[in-house]
Amino acid sequence: MDTEIIEGLKKAIKEYDTEKAANLAKRAVEEKLDPLKVLNAMTVAIREVGDAFGRGDLWLPDLVGAADALQAAMPIIEEEIKRTGAKRESLGTVVAGTVFGDIHSIGKTMVCTLLTAEGFKVHDLGVNIKAEQFVEAIDKYNADILAMSALMTMTAPEQKKVIERLKKEGLRDKVKIMVGGGAITEDFAREIGADGYDPTAPGAVKLARKLIGK
Amino acid sequence: METKLTSAKKQVVIKTEGPTVLIGERINPTGKKKLSRALQKGDLELVRREAIDQVMAGADVLDVNVGALGVDEEVLLPEVVKVVMDAVDVPLCLDSTNPAALEKALKVYQGKPLVNSVTGQEGSLDRILPLVKKHRAAVIGLTMDDEGIPDDVDKRVAIAHKIVKRAEKMGIPREDVIIDCLTLSVGANERAGMVVIESIRRVKEELGVNLTIGASNISFGLPDRSIINNAFISVAICMGVTCPIVDVAKVRPAVLATDLLLGRDRYAIRYIKAYQQRQKREKMK
Repeated sequence: MDTEIIEGLKKAIKEYDTEKAANLAKRAVEEKLDPLKVLNAMTVAIREVGDAFGRGDLWLPDLVGAADALQAAMPIIEEEIKRTGAKRESLGTVVAGTVFGDIHSIGKTMVCTLLTAEGFKVHDLGVNIKAEQFVEAIDKYNADILAMSALMTMTAPEQKKVIERLKKEGLRDKVKIMVGGGAITEDFAREIGADGYDPTAPGAVKLARKLIGK
Repeated sequence: METKLTSAKKQVVIKTEGPTVLIGERINPTGKKKLSRALQKGDLELVRREAIDQVMAGADVLDVNVGALGVDEEVLLPEVVKVVMDAVDVPLCLDSTNPAALEKALKVYQGKPLVNSVTGQEGSLDRILPLVKKHRAAVIGLTMDDEGIPDDVDKRVAIAHKIVKRAEKMGIPREDVIIDCLTLSVGANERAGMVVIESIRRVKEELGVNLTIGASNISFGLPDRSIINNAFISVAICMGVTCPIVDVAKVRPAVLATDLLLGRDRYAIRYIKAYQQRQKREKMK
């Protein structure tokens, strides 16, 4: 029974079946399955999709579909984890978003999906995020990593503003900062005082692991 | 309706009934490392070559964007505009999000250019439209506002109405406003194609203006992108796009075929001529 639900959930994610994923997550809760075990299985499924995407065997719509299915099931399982007071282990907590003035979401969302798959706890703030919103979220979630995206040369300097703001609030050294997006280069990342940059979503995951030494 | 653009030596007329006018997209450093580095160093030879190559490939107008990281657009945009005017005869589309850079480029431009772009955001309307009016330019209006790019058709069309209305109120004639309904990737959301196509149809029907579109975004994250790009451009033209911003060498054959299918190429003259040019180039290789 247990394996039937868990395998079904993995399959639902890999087949982008949001409805089935949500239903199976509900059933997992009803049947009193260990929510951490369920969460782990979901992570394994999305990681398989993420790896295939990284290899170029799957494409953006595959990643979007799998992430949709994951998102349909995730809140149900997270609620159960909270309710049972189970201790969730993660590689670390990430706060992510696209900077103020910039509404590009695809790359940022890809990175968030792959980081979740890797085992990070990700808080995706969305797009057009102001410096103070980043700072607030980092403080609130006690984040280990800040991941910022900027696709336009006009909005890239906004990343610097966020870093300056973190310094002012005395939070800069509490968090590792990684930046990305079409407008960003290695040199720019160094100049603004970020801890790392990578041009690809799978590369960003490796970078995140490296930054926190895991 | 006709939008007339000019350079010192040439006039290009964009007509709502076609044929399709092609705006060359390649003088833009976004995602192009080599061009970014050249612009950062102030080396404009690559820009000159891109200008000539695109016109040889059949571009009717050239978009000029110098927005690379660490570049002072206020200095570089007018400089690049001068280089491109010197290299080719076609009218230009001055492309920047920086109003001061646009103003300086407008000052050195000879003729009537296209300004890329104004949005439905109040700040943008207030800063860009007076420049367009003062320099008697034409302008591209993007269907986005403070909340970003709406994912429903009604809102995008409403923004197009707002831009046209505001321009007319300022004394910019409607024919000098070209609307861009904005392409998002169908790789991220499969409704994205339908939304932009329906928006194009509605803007043409309700406002009767010329429309542009950037085509290559549509296929981001998908394999064999050129297949999707070409199909999209055909549908977009069919629905009302008259002056897409494109990689001319890549999409021109599909655009000419589309114009022919829509009855805009008498005796298939343009289509056949382009075919013959391709043949000639093949033989020279």
